[in-house]
Amino acid sequence: MNPVDRHYSSEHEWAKREVDGSVQIGITEFAQEQLGDIVFVELPSAGVGIAQMQKIGEVESVKSVSDIFSPISGQVIEANQSIIENPELVNQDPYGDGWLIRVLPSKLDQLDQLMSAGEYELFLNSLDH
Amino acid sequence: MTQDKPTFPYIPNTDKDREAMIQAIGAESVDHLLRDITGTVGDKLPSLLPRLSEMELQRDFRSLASKNRNVVQYPSFLGGGAYHHFIPAAVKAITGRGELATAYTPYQPEVSQGTLQIIYEFQSLVSQLMDMDVANAGMYDGSTAIAEAALMACRITGRTRIAVLNSLPPRHIEVLRTYTEAQGLEVYTVDSTSISIDDFTACLVTQTPNYFGYVEPMDKIERIVHSHNALLVISTDPIYLGMFESPGALGADIAVSEGQPLGIPLSFGGPYIGLFTCKTQFLRQMPGRIVGKTTDTHNRDGYVLTLQTREQHIRRERATSNICTSEALVGTAVVAYLACMGPKGLRSVAELTYQKSHYAAKQISDIPGYSLPLKGTFFQEFVVECPISPKEILSQLYTDNLIGGMDISDTVHNGMLVCVTEMNTRQEIDSLVESLSKITSQGKLQDEYSGPR
Amino acid sequence: MDRSVPGRTGAFLAESDVPKQELPPKEELRKDLKLPEVSEGDVVRYFTNLSQMNFSVDTNYYPLGSCTMKYNPKINDELASLEGFAHIHPLEQDWEVQGALELMYHLQSSLSQVVGLENASLSTMAGAQGELAGMLMIRAYHRANGDEQRKIVLVPDSAHGTNPASASMAGYQVVTVASDDMGNMDLNELKRLVSNEVAGLMLTLPNTLGLFDNNIHEICNTIHEYGGLVYGDGANMNALMGHTLMGPLGFDVLHLNLHKTFSTPHGGGGPGAGPILASARMAPFLPTPIVAKSHSGAYSLVSPQNSIGKLGGFHGNFGVLLRAYAYIRSMGSQGIREISSNAIINANYILCQLKDYYDLPYDRLCMHEVIISAKWQKPYGIRALDIAKRLIDHRIHPPTMYFPLTVDEALMIEPTETESKETIDHFIEVMREIAKEAVNDPQLLKEAPHYTPNTRLDEAKAARKPNLRWSGQ
Repeated sequence: MNPVDRHYSSEHEWAKREVDGSVQIGITEFAQEQLGDIVFVELPSAGVGIAQMQKIGEVESVKSVSDIFSPISGQVIEANQSIIENPELVNQDPYGDGWLIRVLPSKLDQLDQLMSAGEYELFLNSLDH
Repeated sequence: MTQDKPTFPYIPNTDKDREAMIQAIGAESVDHLLRDITGTVGDKLPSLLPRLSEMELQRDFRSLASKNRNVVQYPSFLGGGAYHHFIPAAVKAITGRGELATAYTPYQPEVSQGTLQIIYEFQSLVSQLMDMDVANAGMYDGSTAIAEAALMACRITGRTRIAVLNSLPPRHIEVLRTYTEAQGLEVYTVDSTSISIDDFTACLVTQTPNYFGYVEPMDKIERIVHSHNALLVISTDPIYLGMFESPGALGADIAVSEGQPLGIPLSFGGPYIGLFTCKTQFLRQMPGRIVGKTTDTHNRDGYVLTLQTREQHIRRERATSNICTSEALVGTAVVAYLACMGPKGLRSVAELTYQKSHYAAKQISDIPGYSLPLKGTFFQEFVVECPISPKEILSQLYTDNLIGGMDISDTVHNGMLVCVTEMNTRQEIDSLVESLSKITSQGKLQDEYSGPR
Repeated sequence: MDRSVPGRTGAFLAESDVPKQELPPKEELRKDLKLPEVSEGDVVRYFTNLSQMNFSVDTNYYPLGSCTMKYNPKINDELASLEGFAHIHPLEQDWEVQGALELMYHLQSSLSQVVGLENASLSTMAGAQGELAGMLMIRAYHRANGDEQRKIVLVPDSAHGTNPASASMAGYQVVTVASDDMGNMDLNELKRLVSNEVAGLMLTLPNTLGLFDNNIHEICNTIHEYGGLVYGDGANMNALMGHTLMGPLGFDVLHLNLHKTFSTPHGGGGPGAGPILASARMAPFLPTPIVAKSHSGAYSLVSPQNSIGKLGGFHGNFGVLLRAYAYIRSMGSQGIREISSNAIINANYILCQLKDYYDLPYDRLCMHEVIISAKWQKPYGIRALDIAKRLIDHRIHPPTMYFPLTVDEALMIEPTETESKETIDHFIEVMREIAKEAVNDPQLLKEAPHYTPNTRLDEAKAARKPNLRWSGQ
């Protein structure tokens, strides 16, 4: 079950609003399953400005590469250093320790444009896999 | 007597076999299977030379081979990027093994541990030889290794200009241009005597020993390149590395070399192999195949192709390079060579080469009319300024049954690039000197010659 | 390296016979050189034992689709080692190497005859390099015609990865064309995507699904109508030799893989050769050098008029070219055609014998290779990978897996013409047995292979913590 405390994008990413106003971003359970064993993650550095739907990095598994598209616009506050060392965290805990970046959002209402957990599940069912 | 249908070597199935298979397929005849393609352009056979049996092939090819002067029969002083060095017999015995020669890319690691471990050894020995962090499984040759190094430097720095020392062999610069022009990258040459690059330059490509055989002053060059945050690409020679300082010690970010001198026959220019190494921080931008060590389900050591997401079969148009098949069996020969020679053997080859080339240089420079116009340390090659055009000199040497040096008169006045390795005996060197002496500075030949025209 | 014992050596050289020369100052010299110190016997035993861990054409049936793992004739290796070929220097004067140049000239013409494109360059050292040359030639052609706005190259969704990678290296943007249900290129899609911004189309024929596209004429015409060019990836030429000609079909420029179609050994990943063949209008742009013959019969290396330049240091992989030429001479015109006929019969035989056991993505006759899918085995938790690994237990090299990307759980089988009916029947029997095991004993497949020195290897670990060289003491 995908956690209800966050929003989801059609690119299989999630965005979670934090108490301090920042937004944490990661990839979903479905995404990590599709990718297989993740071996490397390329993330933007702190201070970099990002735009919604812009490619901001890559997730590599043994046999494939997937682009990461930002679900919202803003400025990167921090990239998760532990997944640089241990990319398997993204497989093991995609909604917790496997988070990717934390962002200072420039347009908070963008979050409302994303899907809820329930809508994302319907979206997954509609895909033929 | 019935006419025999021709049998073809390497096609085991007989008419009877084929009939049985066609029947099983449910077709009336093989024509039914071919119906998609026959009739597309008529039924004419390609017009090829007559078929030869194995016996006839041997005769035909021996005849062709005899029309070539080879460096075993004729003393050779040709270098210019391909070198006649000693090859231990064990090398050929190893690369001749069918299990190594007739396998393909090790996509199924469980049945390719031979090939994979050999590539891992290759990576280890090449990185040790070049004193760099990591090596890949090899590029096509030394020239394409340089081109790929430059492309890699552009990817890493995000810059679009590539500087090259003008003392680089012209063929390297040509290949570099062919590889880079279409991607909108600009190659510009830099005078090796007064180096200056700008902040839009991704790298400086250097070669030491250079085109003329001389060692470049790398520490000065390294400082300048790194002060502009550009990458230093050093292209070198592997036998030279048996004696002289390595590119790693000289501060190279990417170090490449032609690998042919390490146990590979001259073979009219190929197949050779490009050695390619870089610093660990650039690993993910390195092109080519890479083998890594890992463990299996029983925790035993084993080897696999790794970091494949850089490559074309996964990343396609965004790959670090389009390279797929490279030069694996040539790499196997390199490992066999380095293992047979060891550090002392390689050092011996280098020192013998150095001794003989310097002896030859001295002898030649003592001939009236001949001089060595360049100064500095050289290794196996040096430039001779001849009394007349090298073209005529080479004809003379031909009639004296010698293969002379390389005509570089387009770069150095009456210049000839002479190469001497451990394979040249003193007698051969003295014959060369004798032949050259016959040509006086007036351009008049002491003996009449009948060179081929 | 881990067998190294200080003081051992494999080779020893003659002493110096020249007066001792002064060495350069010590600072310029290397202080430390780490290479293994082992005896020759150690080296030979090491490599020989390693070789026993390989599957190869010489030891196993190797139906690796798209790679054409045919038998490599030994006479070719023997001829390549003749002194007059192995020990000639690439920079010798043309008149000193007439035999080598004559051989290359005849190879140029033979390959031209086989594919129906009159001009050839042998300098490209692998298929991918041939593709790059082809893309650069297309670019040069358009620029010579003042046509600067063509920025796109079309590539089928089933294309080998080197195709888009090569197009990209030539500065093009790659646009993918979908296939239809019959495995042909979707003509409507093609017509929708073509424009005068398209420089050309890269096409493999038969395609990577092993199918001959019946619309080939229309495909080529469509591209030509808009002023584009058609590039042929000749990797699957083993299906067509002697039966059809690529030039008249509409291809403007094409590469061949000599290590596939023309029997030169694969070497564990090279050396190969990827010569380029071109029509008359493309000929001036061929890579340098090519071999020309003068009126007096003398051969020389020349640079085409508007050549894209050199792609390699010297003249190409001569050692490989020589083997391919020997092969062509040993087959002759009739033999060339027999190769493809037999390759096609063998592949279709496998198709019809396995179609009741495995899903066939395309319900039609194939060419020289057949694609099956592991779809029917999926409900039992079995994937193409598991079937492939189980084949290893029977000492058969697996077919190509998961390529092309357009087929789910693909296994691409290419027997080639050099396999006998007995070998193929054995393969069919094994595949049928594996299909049964997938249902009755799937665990057996999942744990395969059982008898190799290594079982399944941890590729994730290899990528996460790269160990790429020996680092012991």
